Amino acid sequence: MFALVANQKVVRDWPCFGVVLGGSFLPRGGYTVLLFKMQFMLLFSRQGKLRLQKWYVPLSDKEKKKITRELVQTVLARKPKMCSFLEWRDLKIVYKRYASLYFCCAIEDQDNELITLEIIHRYVELLDKYFGSVCELDIIFNFEKAYFILDEFLLGGEAQETSKKNVLKAIEQADLLQEPRHEYFNVPVY
Amino acid sequence: MALRRMPAPIRLRELIRTIRTARTQAEEREMIQKECAAIRSSFREEDNTYRCRNVAKLLYMHMLGYPAHFGQLECLKLIASQKFTDKRIGYLGAMLLLDERQDVHLLMTNCIKNDLNHSTQYVQGLALCTLGCMGSSEMCRDLAGEVEKLLKTSNSYLRKKAALCAVHVIRKVPELMEMFLPATKNLLSEKNHGVLHTSVVLLTEMCERSPDMLAHFRKLVPQLVRILKNLIMSGYSPEHDVSGISDPFLQVRILRLLRILGKGDDDSSEAMNDILAQVATNTETSKNVGNAILYETVLTIMDIKSESGLRVLAINILGRFLLNNDKNIRYVALTSLLKTVQTDHNAVQRHRSTIVDCLKDLDVSIKRRAMELSFALVNGNNIRGMMKELLYFLDSCDPEFKADCASGVFLAAEKYAPSKRWHIDTIMRVLTTAGSYVRDDSVPNLIQLITNSVEMHAYTVQRLYKALLDDISQQPLVQVASWCIGEYGDLLVSGQCEEEEPIQVTEDEVLDVLEGLLVSNLSTPVTRGYALTAIMKLSTRFTSVNRIKKVVSIYGSSIDVELQQRAVEYNALFKKYDHMRPALLERMPIMEKTASNGPTEIVQTNGEAEPSVVEAKHPPPVTQPTNQANDLLDLLGGNDVVPVIQTTVPTKPASAGGELLDLLGDLSLSGGPAPAPATSVPSSQPAFLLDGLTSPPLFNDIAAAGIPPMTAYNKNGLKIDFTFERANPNPNIAVITIHASNSTEADMTDFVFQAAVPKTFQLQLLSPSSNVVPALNQGTVTQVIRVLNPQKQQLRMRIKLTYTHKGSAVQDLAEVNNFPPQSWQ
Repeated sequence: MFALVANQKVVRDWPCFGVVLGGSFLPRGGYTVLLFKMQFMLLFSRQGKLRLQKWYVPLSDKEKKKITRELVQTVLARKPKMCSFLEWRDLKIVYKRYASLYFCCAIEDQDNELITLEIIHRYVELLDKYFGSVCELDIIFNFEKAYFILDEFLLGGEAQETSKKNVLKAIEQADLLQEPRHEYFNVPVY
Repeated sequence: MALRRMPAPIRLRELIRTIRTARTQAEEREMIQKECAAIRSSFREEDNTYRCRNVAKLLYMHMLGYPAHFGQLECLKLIASQKFTDKRIGYLGAMLLLDERQDVHLLMTNCIKNDLNHSTQYVQGLALCTLGCMGSSEMCRDLAGEVEKLLKTSNSYLRKKAALCAVHVIRKVPELMEMFLPATKNLLSEKNHGVLHTSVVLLTEMCERSPDMLAHFRKLVPQLVRILKNLIMSGYSPEHDVSGISDPFLQVRILRLLRILGKGDDDSSEAMNDILAQVATNTETSKNVGNAILYETVLTIMDIKSESGLRVLAINILGRFLLNNDKNIRYVALTSLLKTVQTDHNAVQRHRSTIVDCLKDLDVSIKRRAMELSFALVNGNNIRGMMKELLYFLDSCDPEFKADCASGVFLAAEKYAPSKRWHIDTIMRVLTTAGSYVRDDSVPNLIQLITNSVEMHAYTVQRLYKALLDDISQQPLVQVASWCIGEYGDLLVSGQCEEEEPIQVTEDEVLDVLEGLLVSNLSTPVTRGYALTAIMKLSTRFTSVNRIKKVVSIYGSSIDVELQQRAVEYNALFKKYDHMRPALLERMPIMEKTASNGPTEIVQTNGEAEPSVVEAKHPPPVTQPTNQANDLLDLLGGNDVVPVIQTTVPTKPASAGGELLDLLGDLSLSGGPAPAPATSVPSSQPAFLLDGLTSPPLFNDIAAAGIPPMTAYNKNGLKIDFTFERANPNPNIAVITIHASNSTEADMTDFVFQAAVPKTFQLQLLSPSSNVVPALNQGTVTQVIRVLNPQKQQLRMRIKLTYTHKGSAVQDLAEVNNFPPQSWQ
């Protein structure tokens, strides 16, 4: 594993000759980069409008914007016949289009692209079950719900629950806790 | 005094609807600004009722790209509220608007701590989720204890979240890993799949980070095997079923953990052998989900110490993947085959024709992988067929592939060429079809190859001459051709070619072509240098010396300093040193390749006037520093590599050599009676010449290693290529030479290259050739990296580049992951 910050432990492990390395080496100061990890997920429309952004690595707003812009451009430029995976910077990008929305995940080197496609599909199924035949408008007008569902399915970039039923049940229960309590939980609360 | 009450802020959905009616960007911005102003006022009034609504709106506007930092503190207030609705939006806002760089985020810590102990599990869940997504090191340190407590709870809803939260804590603060160890005791006895899945993730994390943990958890292999078996054998379980497969996510994670536990360990590998075979043969392959599991299984089989039957099974699965209609599957297959081609070469060879077919795929990523894999599969038996396909690919592929493909072709040709004629034909084909994409160091390599193929000189120069008549735009081709014409122009004019119909060409025609290169706009300064030197050399091979004299004297006043210098010196040769001219410009002798720490070291073995093959009397010392070789090339029209490593190899002035050296600079042309050049490596050699590099030279050690070069970095005009070889005595050391080149119009000065590698490696950086990367690709900075990789792990490297460009300091960091497998296996 890499340890990017030159903390005591790391420096001791390296030989003392010839290595040229300063302190904080990368912008993610102190963050150790792993090889299996989802770094972020983006949802965007065919016009490039962002509908959801979930970041599992600490980056500044500026960096996020830059990454989003570049990646959206890259993915939108792909032709339909191309495969769902591409290499971008040092990450693997897994993307799939559902109707007018692109679901795009960035995973690390050793991760399994095919199972990531399944993760994306599972998330779409959850949204579909929750909203009843979900479409882009649902996600636009209820973006906070889309986040809540995602946060019940993934945590820190990993799946926390593999049962569709359980994720939906948790969301349902949490919705019922919202105040003011309404009979129909999808009446806007705010 | 009554407070002026503002009307209730508009609802979130209404705002969204309104903003979407905006027809222009300007209109949208106006609406947003208006609403933000309203929200700001509302925040200032400390309005508790509508804070949630306002923050939600702010989050929407933030997603559209507008600044929302003024809502950060409001998020904290929402988190601290007692209402669940507030907390939900507050935590969402925190995850979107706050990050660990700002101290503000630390204010969350206390709230999160309280919420982790809340009576409602959904509140605890919010806290765990937030901590697990964005908790900083400080927060993790403060709250690790709470997470650990929740990891031991019987509430599976919380336990699964706590496990992933623990993963995050460990990633941020690795020293805390130990404290989670007790809680992992019974994690795998859980029935709940959510907890099982996250537990496996946690165990994986711990095993990856600590060899001690890894050893400790090896005892879980039987249990993991059992769980996996149950998943496969169990009947339909509606809750976890995906297209007939039971909980594929869990299966994949278990397979991955097994991989880590089985790696390098015979017993564990044996214990999982059967289940892997079972998964490999029984998994349904009609849908992506089944293939995802098979893929993970293949990766595991290849990584652990599996028996050969299992490995063949795995490769065959990949072979079947290659034939799958789904391009994603094909892509994944090619990637995996690339990883296994070194260790299971014969098995992969069986799928060669399918792989070659993938060169014609439409998808760029598939094509690239197919190309890399094809090169890895080339051997003495299939070279002719493979090369045909690869050259065809080179003709038609995108420009981004051409450089790598060309390099690959050269390397493969060098290793396996069935005949010299074939070799030269192949080179010609590459130069004529992809000539402008060929790497800079190909030119000296090719020149050396051509020089050594003595019987092909006439054929080569004729073909190159004909190519020049067609096209003078591709610089590497032009440079090699100029050099050859300069060397073998006499053969060209005398029509001596045996291999094919000799062409009739006169001296004047040849000189026309070379002079044409000098004046053409298409020629780079380097090419002009080659051309001028070639013309000069022809003065001893042709009869029309006067014409040559005229050309040379014209360029004595060229604006290009390099050309001017050459011309002036050649002029002087004509005038004052004419007696030396024949000796100086005679045919180059055979150049021997030596094992070296970088691009081919060209060492001159004998300066006597014999153009035929000269065998070295005894192996010349290997470590002629790079720049001495470059000086040789420099005089004879070589590339302009900036020589910096001070040579301390003594030069051998012949009797007249003193003046020779004065005139022509630091050239070690051992034209004197002394036998070989410096036979001993003087002890005053600079300290950076290490063992492993002073061993006797082996021909073609580089080609024998056969590791394709790669581009590690290419940004803002700075390109860094890596070339590889093995240091001879120690196969665990990979010697990488970086070549930094600069395609912008300004030099890059104060260039510093730094590198870091993962902990299991050791790295040594030798001194760079220079701190200046000259503009317009006029030269490269080289530097040697030696990497010790005793565990044969996959090589990854982070590099940091600093330089000054056009007055400003530039710094960049990058990760290099695309090392070819041969460089670390």
